[in-house]
Amino acid sequence: MMSDLSKMTIAAARDALRAGDVTAVELTEACVTEIEGGGALGAFVHKTPDLARERAEAADVRIRAGDAPAMCGIPLGIKDLFCTQGVPSQAGSGILQGFRPEYESTVTRKLRDAGAVMLGKLNMDEFAMGSSNETSVYGAAVNPWKVDERKLTPGGSSGGSAAAVAADLCLGATGTDTGGSIRQPAAFTGITGLKPTYGRCSRWGIVAFASSLDQAGPMTKSVRDAAIMLQAMAGHDPKDSTSAELAVPDFEGALSGDIRGKKIGIPREYRMDGMPEDIEKLWHAGAEMLRDAGAEIVDISLPHTKYALPAYYVIAPAEASSNLARYDGVRYGHRAKLAQGDGILQMYERTRAEGFGHEVQRRVMVGTYVLSAGFYDAYYNRARKVRTLIKKDFDDAFAAGVDAILTPATPSAAFGLGEMTETDPVQMYLNDVFTVTVNLAGLPGISLPVGLDGRGLPLGLQLIGRPWAEDDLLNTAYALEDAAGFVSKPVKWW
Amino acid sequence: MSIDTDTARRVAHLARIAVAEDDLPALASEFNAILGFVEQLNEVDVAGVEPMTSVSPMRLKRRSDEVTDGGMRDRILSNAPDAREGFFAVPKVVE
Repeated sequence: MMSDLSKMTIAAARDALRAGDVTAVELTEACVTEIEGGGALGAFVHKTPDLARERAEAADVRIRAGDAPAMCGIPLGIKDLFCTQGVPSQAGSGILQGFRPEYESTVTRKLRDAGAVMLGKLNMDEFAMGSSNETSVYGAAVNPWKVDERKLTPGGSSGGSAAAVAADLCLGATGTDTGGSIRQPAAFTGITGLKPTYGRCSRWGIVAFASSLDQAGPMTKSVRDAAIMLQAMAGHDPKDSTSAELAVPDFEGALSGDIRGKKIGIPREYRMDGMPEDIEKLWHAGAEMLRDAGAEIVDISLPHTKYALPAYYVIAPAEASSNLARYDGVRYGHRAKLAQGDGILQMYERTRAEGFGHEVQRRVMVGTYVLSAGFYDAYYNRARKVRTLIKKDFDDAFAAGVDAILTPATPSAAFGLGEMTETDPVQMYLNDVFTVTVNLAGLPGISLPVGLDGRGLPLGLQLIGRPWAEDDLLNTAYALEDAAGFVSKPVKWW
Repeated sequence: MSIDTDTARRVAHLARIAVAEDDLPALASEFNAILGFVEQLNEVDVAGVEPMTSVSPMRLKRRSDEVTDGGMRDRILSNAPDAREGFFAVPKVVE
């Protein structure tokens, strides 16, 4: 019974809480027990069971009083990138060792105010830079899915979030997505992950990686849960000047499953050479499911797709090099031990060399290079122009009447931990080939599990929506989820 | 464009990251792999295209420049590796 409670969806738990069939304390205890037993997954890196019990008790009081927003009493995991008051928030980095924020990020504050229960902080690639969770200072998170002796990556950067939700350590989790960091791990672990439109969720209090691309979103067990959780996370925040002052639609209310007459675009440029046959087949099957549900399937062209990853690997490191300049050993986190006679420059250089991992150092330096005098135009400005063209591709497709775009979520199923670390960094970057366009264009995108590959690993498809139309996007995803009927779960080995 | 160890050293210094002399050649080669990958951008005709500054067509909000918060020195210093007498402490900056 106890272990089954952590398997609940947010929607089912909400209904059971309101009906008095279960209490928030019981749900929380069930998750705490699962987290204790799930150490081998490396998902939770800072556990907060006492705080969780306290919040669960408070949630039960609210529920009994009839004052219960949908997320009230729902136990969640929070990605380590979110600053949480008094609780370690390290962004998976050694340079923020010991950092305990004095403030709460807007997204986690909204969830907390809605009565959600934080179980702890979740593993991630350092500063969200990675696609396998292997750049984390805590060590890799592990995918609960396993088909042979190998331990597989849960993807990244929100790998801990994905592993925790897939393994039923919590009911849902927050993630963030700069180039695919919600959608790729969701696909690798058989869960649902939504990156909202840029500006839908406040970035305030989320450790910044690439500010023009970063966006927080929900990682959940169903499309309905993503709708419920996004509702609590979204909305204008005066503390983030890029957060949109727009009304937030009723996401769950949009889930009719009726997509008759919707036009779904299939972009021909996403048919990559060497794409595994399983993924090609799944993509085709997904399009058929949407057609059977009454949608019209149309071929479209997004001609600048192949330039998205190269543009991203100029823009994201450039912004990162600027954002990460703040880690200098003065105000928070790690400071290198200084030798006799060392000045402030040695302090900066040694602190950053000790505190940042290899991938973060590499990206900060690439960013420094592309922004340096003489190269700014050739790299950074050119990449920003290409970004304009990538966005225009989508604008044109939507202007032609397309409601959503269907693509694979990832170019492969989950790969083994350690299998990509020795290769050229560009090979790892290719993981985001289908997701990164969405960040560059600021659009909402959702990844949901649609099938298994030949070895029994989950595969996801991605739906891309019009800006600010997460409601419509979620409804299309809801129809696809219903048609796909994906119910597989990883077999417990941890 | 090819990056040599001198350029790698200069970039590491600009980024304020100490890199051992022995590690510079490997670093230069990684830079070259990444920059080689982004060279593809040169194939795109960007004549007359505006570089993107904001992904959503909205004007940044303005507000009056006034103090709205403050008086929390101890909280601001609470995470400092070295804070003394109400200040962040650092090695000597000016001789």
